[in-house]
Amino acid sequence: MVVAERKPIEEILAMVADFKKVLLVGCKGCVTVCCAGGTKEVGILGSALRIARKKQGNPLEVVEHTLERQCDPEYVDQLAPMLAGNGFDAVLSMACSVGPQFIAKKYTIPVYPMLNTTFIGGALEHGVWAEFCQSCGNCIIHNFGGLCPIARCSKSLMNGPCGGSANKKCEVSPEIDCIWHLIYDRMVELGQLEKLRPVFPIKDWSTSRDGGPRKIVREDLKL
Amino acid sequence: MKAGSNLEKVFTQGHFAVTGELGPPRGASVEVIEKKAGYLRGVVDSINVTDNQTSVVRMSSVAVCKLLVDMGLEPNLQMVCRDRNRIAMQSDLLGAYALGIRNVLCLSGDHNRFGDHPQSKNVFDVDSMQLISIVKKLRDEGKMLSGQELEGVPKFFIGAAANPFGDPFEFRVTRLAKKIDAGADFIQTQCIYNMEKFRKYMHIAHEEGLTEKCYIMAGITPLKSVGMARYMANFVPGLDVPDYYINRLKGVDKKKQADEGIKIAVEQIQEVREIPGVKGIHLMAIEWEHKVPEILQAAGLLPRPSVN
Ligand code: SF4
Ligand code: SF4
Repeated sequence: MVVAERKPIEEILAMVADFKKVLLVGCKGCVTVCCAGGTKEVGILGSALRIARKKQGNPLEVVEHTLERQCDPEYVDQLAPMLAGNGFDAVLSMACSVGPQFIAKKYTIPVYPMLNTTFIGGALEHGVWAEFCQSCGNCIIHNFGGLCPIARCSKSLMNGPCGGSANKKCEVSPEIDCIWHLIYDRMVELGQLEKLRPVFPIKDWSTSRDGGPRKIVREDLKL
Repeated sequence: MKAGSNLEKVFTQGHFAVTGELGPPRGASVEVIEKKAGYLRGVVDSINVTDNQTSVVRMSSVAVCKLLVDMGLEPNLQMVCRDRNRIAMQSDLLGAYALGIRNVLCLSGDHNRFGDHPQSKNVFDVDSMQLISIVKKLRDEGKMLSGQELEGVPKFFIGAAANPFGDPFEFRVTRLAKKIDAGADFIQTQCIYNMEKFRKYMHIAHEEGLTEKCYIMAGITPLKSVGMARYMANFVPGLDVPDYYINRLKGVDKKKQADEGIKIAVEQIQEVREIPGVKGIHLMAIEWEHKVPEILQAAGLLPRPSVN
């Protein structure tokens, strides 16, 4: 899933400093799962903003709403009646950064992102998420025991580990596992170490962001 | 002869080779380079010029190599994968050759989080192994990565680095073999302090016939003080400094630590010379270039052979 975290409250307060009334919109997709922008987090942020602004003697009216998803026009359209003539100064989106862009495309009102969209990843344990994929557009992890060296090696090495790998940790930080050590261990476990012997060829990044913004068109699904 | 550089000739004529290292200045000063180069003149076979090492911005390695060429010295151009994509790499390689640079050392590069611009974007379009294969393709096929025929072929002597002390140890010789397959003609190792581990590494490499396929140079970095030894032991990932050296340096008077460090370096050079398959040393006297002649003299490696 897309993993995101909420921006610091100070940054958000600065964004909304000039507003009197905002619509705070959550999303029931990925950001609900990673506890960043679901109904619960909308409630918490809404209260925090109201309390902070009340203390400043400059109250802010925050209307809360959570959509099924914000990355689908079908759901974003549902905001239309709320935004029609209700005097909102801005929409604050608690979805991943796709959400605010879908809202901006549809409505002529300023939109602000409440989250920092951080990576494609998963939960390691309760409250801990890590990056697993960089959406390079041409998955090659079967060559590496199913582990991704593009997203998970600090240098995206395809022929690692580099000389900085020590005690299974990455040279960049003891907080980061050296994925190449894990790839090595896994290949040993699978009895496939010899697959790491040939020089892995230079990657074609044109399927990645480097080829420009991407789009998928599925003719079979188009209406 | 692949490139005909001085370093390649020293190897092919059977001499024990010595390379030095020059870290470019954090500024535009030519005098700093002239001064450091002066210490290395006549005492090493060629000089590595580091490429923004530890991700700290310094004068361009290509530019410094060209300055060395103009001074009549032979440079080894270090090139890292952190800051250039394949377009910039090939372009710089062609330019470097046109400027008279004949040796190139291909490296992944330290991560930019270490340096003075941790906010920077990194590249890592290709890795060091793949960079080696690019230089080889330019040289042996006369073609760019795209398949484009070259107008003028850069005949580089291709180097790579190896760290026998990185983890997992069991995979380190395989990586060496991969670098040789990719096209490395010579290898410079990470600084060696754990001699036993290095012997083991070289033994496996020798058994696998790798020492016949490329010239392996043992990396030596003299320890200037016990403080430096401790720093290397604790803060440089993938370096292995046994307590033995730390205790030895601790055991002598502060003023004599530098001399002890030189003594250790000389002993290390003698030890690596005994190891089958070691064809030279790469002396990285970090901000201690002026001690290089003294160390090499004491190690019996002077004068350097003159080759043609
Ligand atoms: S190889 Fe590419 S698509 Fe596959 S996990 Fe890694 S970044 Fe994602
Ligand atoms: S230490 Fe491991 S994860 Fe870190 S850059 Fe090197 S190979 Fe990649």
